[in-house]
Amino acid sequence: MEYSREAVVKAYRLMKSIREFEERMRSEYQQGKLPGFIHIYRNQEAIAVGACFDMNNGDYIASTHRGHGHCIAKGCELDGMMLELACKQDGFCNGKGGSMHIADMSKGMLGANAIVGGGPPIAAGAALTAKTLKNRGVSMAFIGDGASDQGTVAEALNLAVVLELPMIFMYENNLYAEFTRNPKPEGRIAARAGAYGMPSVVVDGSDFFAVHAACREAIERARDGGGPSAIEAVSARYYGHFEGDAQAYRDTAEMKRQRKEGDPIPRFLADPRSAALDANLVKAIDAEIQAELDYAVEQALAADDPTPDKLYTDVYINYEGESR
Amino acid sequence: MRMSIREAINLTLHEEMARDKRIIVLGQDVASGQGGVYGITAGLSEKFGIERVIDTPITESAIIGAAGGAALTGLRPVAELMFIDFLGVCLDQLLNQIAKFRYMFGGQARTPVVIRTMIGAGVGTGPQHSQILYPLLAAIPGIKVVVPSNAADAKGLLAEAIRQDDPVVFCEHKALYMDECEVPEGDYVIPFGRARIVTEGSDITVVAISRMAVFAEQAAKTLAAEGISVEVIDPRTLSPLDEGSILKSLSKTGRLVVVDEANPICSMASEIAGIAVERGFDYLDAPVIRVTAPHTPVPATPCLEAHYVPSVQDIIKAIRTTLDY
Repeated sequence: MEYSREAVVKAYRLMKSIREFEERMRSEYQQGKLPGFIHIYRNQEAIAVGACFDMNNGDYIASTHRGHGHCIAKGCELDGMMLELACKQDGFCNGKGGSMHIADMSKGMLGANAIVGGGPPIAAGAALTAKTLKNRGVSMAFIGDGASDQGTVAEALNLAVVLELPMIFMYENNLYAEFTRNPKPEGRIAARAGAYGMPSVVVDGSDFFAVHAACREAIERARDGGGPSAIEAVSARYYGHFEGDAQAYRDTAEMKRQRKEGDPIPRFLADPRSAALDANLVKAIDAEIQAELDYAVEQALAADDPTPDKLYTDVYINYEGESR
Repeated sequence: MRMSIREAINLTLHEEMARDKRIIVLGQDVASGQGGVYGITAGLSEKFGIERVIDTPITESAIIGAAGGAALTGLRPVAELMFIDFLGVCLDQLLNQIAKFRYMFGGQARTPVVIRTMIGAGVGTGPQHSQILYPLLAAIPGIKVVVPSNAADAKGLLAEAIRQDDPVVFCEHKALYMDECEVPEGDYVIPFGRARIVTEGSDITVVAISRMAVFAEQAAKTLAAEGISVEVIDPRTLSPLDEGSILKSLSKTGRLVVVDEANPICSMASEIAGIAVERGFDYLDAPVIRVTAPHTPVPATPCLEAHYVPSVQDIIKAIRTTLDY
């Protein structure tokens, strides 16, 4: 298919925003300015952006522990995200979620998830809402290659088929389940999903256009009442499982090659379909992203922490009678 | 109108589904002709259609997780976890997902999901279908736990569970399903966190949960014949717990027995005894006695199960011991 100038600008801007947002986060994290664990998405940007490209705020995603890219691709604002990652009061989750539980309900982003395989049943529920309300909404679960082995994923696959849910199982095979090489051959994960009775394909996860084409088809099918689909996008993880992981378990030469070959951004720019993006436009977009990030980081680090009383808020909506 | 707990729950589901189209029911066998093992959901699929009354595969993580996800996005699901014992296969979706949505998303989320589940021993269902387990759930911030012991409470508490916006686990004791009482007709809602005074009394307070409230009432009747005045309190909801009513009664009687069919360690009985000691110490004229199941699994054989479940006689004995102190 052909891509408008507007579309390639959007795709580039989102991928580059993810890249630069996370590189800035890494740097702040290394300086001890961000708490907790962070998991970097680098070299998987084309998956999130291609997957969410045809979704709107009324569609849902359930994300993973490696969820910053999914947030940005789904339309979450960088400044609000940075506030949350810095665990500040004005973050999306008032600092109570942080990187691994960040959510933005206004964008249909139903949360990162610190439980591997925790999201797919929830995404199935969101798909059930769309099906019940007949609003042509779709729901997508992002699932790592590690999570693909979880029972919750198998249960969600089956439920989606049985109830014909408008759902997409978006597998991200980044070759490593934490520190362990995924022993499954490429395509095994998609084949498993296919065995439940849904269309499934394998795509190159560093190729935005390939991911987008597959997701576009799956999303349209889901909107039209055609039920769930699965996509396995393969793209090797650039960094370790979490920031600070020295990756002693990876072969250095192979990793070097994977890092270069798997970078979706130069690949996107080299593709004739993105020809509308000339060097000057790229430069201008990059400058805008940097300015946006400068502002986001500055305001996040200067922002207020939640006050101690916030420990007790939002446990429940209402608590009638005697409460503790 | 006089009806059983089973009928009261069925009626309430019908009334609520008719009131609000966002309510769906999902679980194993819920839409099938007989409405599950005890017929609790009978008639719903015929009335409201299989798009709102949804049979699921026997996959509890998917049932509970999908109910949570649907609640998060605008429906009001009533999911059935057939036996509470099956928490073992789906606890993550409740513990780490549903219970925490609102808090970890900084108040962005509403999760109006009700999980109906069967609890308790007494009908020979053995180690994996007879447990109580509600203390596990009451210990989790973010979910509410409801334990009705009669048909009227079942109706009013289920209506409240469905209408309010927090996740609720609604625990139905399988040995109480056929128990009948008068049930108010029409709109009847009982707010959470308000205990029911089952019998008023002045000599001793007995706090008793779920089926144990029925047993405690029988014990109170037996002792009334001897001139012993027992105040029986049914908390009705364990989270939130009506501590005020318990302490108020204790301030009057000075003596407390807590009856809980749960295993003793970290039971609700332990929790309530702790509250009494911490906040009602000056009222106490005798040690608090906990009457619970033993620290064993539930045996299948009826002869051992009868020893497992606290009995009316066990409650009477505990009351006498406390009064004789």
